Amino acid sequence: MVRVAVVQFPGSNCDLDALEILQKTAKVPTDLVWHKDLKQDQYDAYVLPGGFSYGDYLRAGAIAATSPSIEIIRKATDNGKPILGICNGFQILVEAGILPGAVLRNTGLRFVCKWTRLRIDSTRTPFTKLTHKGETLRIPIAHNEGRYYLDRDQLAELEKDEQIVLRYVSENSIPTEDSNPNGSIDNIGGICNKEGNVMGLMPHPERASIPILAPDTHPEGRIIFDSMIDTLKRGR
Amino acid sequence: MSPSSFAVEVVVENKPLARDPEGETIHHNLILKGGYSQVTNVRAGKLLRMNVEASSPEDAKQLVRKLCDDLRIYNPAAHVCQVRILT
Repeated sequence: MVRVAVVQFPGSNCDLDALEILQKTAKVPTDLVWHKDLKQDQYDAYVLPGGFSYGDYLRAGAIAATSPSIEIIRKATDNGKPILGICNGFQILVEAGILPGAVLRNTGLRFVCKWTRLRIDSTRTPFTKLTHKGETLRIPIAHNEGRYYLDRDQLAELEKDEQIVLRYVSENSIPTEDSNPNGSIDNIGGICNKEGNVMGLMPHPERASIPILAPDTHPEGRIIFDSMIDTLKRGR
Repeated sequence: MSPSSFAVEVVVENKPLARDPEGETIHHNLILKGGYSQVTNVRAGKLLRMNVEASSPEDAKQLVRKLCDDLRIYNPAAHVCQVRILT
């Protein structure tokens, strides 16, 4: 029986949303685990939820990245397990160096909370394997520090290794300046590690996973969780 | 020699190629608008001031430099970090 952990840090605030979707919608046994209680790599997959761990002090995710639980996450990364970082969870993975780059303050200097359209640019991760390349998903964002940044030469490497998973796009599926909510380089909304088992994204798929919360009652974020569970059930 | 206390400042700012919208806004919407056209560029950053016990200012600076690298006080993917001695 597969089992998923949602890791909770002081200041996490989307942990219960992720738990709810995993348990009740995706119907996978899931534990909410306080970061200090995660002592070994005993789960089949991990979700680092959104929020404001340690008050975003120093930099969003920087302090949580030093939690001993992140060493377990690193181990699970090496063991090839699916790991999903949502919003602050993405920032933590970047700050821990598990994912490359940095997440900086939005170009508009404001907290942005809105629905975005994301284009799937890679289906090789456990979180996008049920999607199709080029397909778009409407998923909301809610962040002040979401501007993904990487030096241009490193960006080329990311592209070459197919690590760019999601891009903010217009209704015509084009990554335009208008569709970029935070100034992310190349409209990047989500990336994965080289191996593809760890994905981080700024948008909140857990907020787009039940019809009543989604535009036109289409819960387009749910496929991220369904993909993960499909991966787990097939034993990767 | 007994250690003395040194004040050390750490300044973290975005790399030159990473845009700094806060610095740009302060520059355009405050400084240039206020008539100070001699100011050609503004970068906003984060300042940490630490008191450090060490046997020399160089040792204090070296220790702070090491902790900035070890504990990722800055993210080398996007930031540059300057360490300077105040006293």
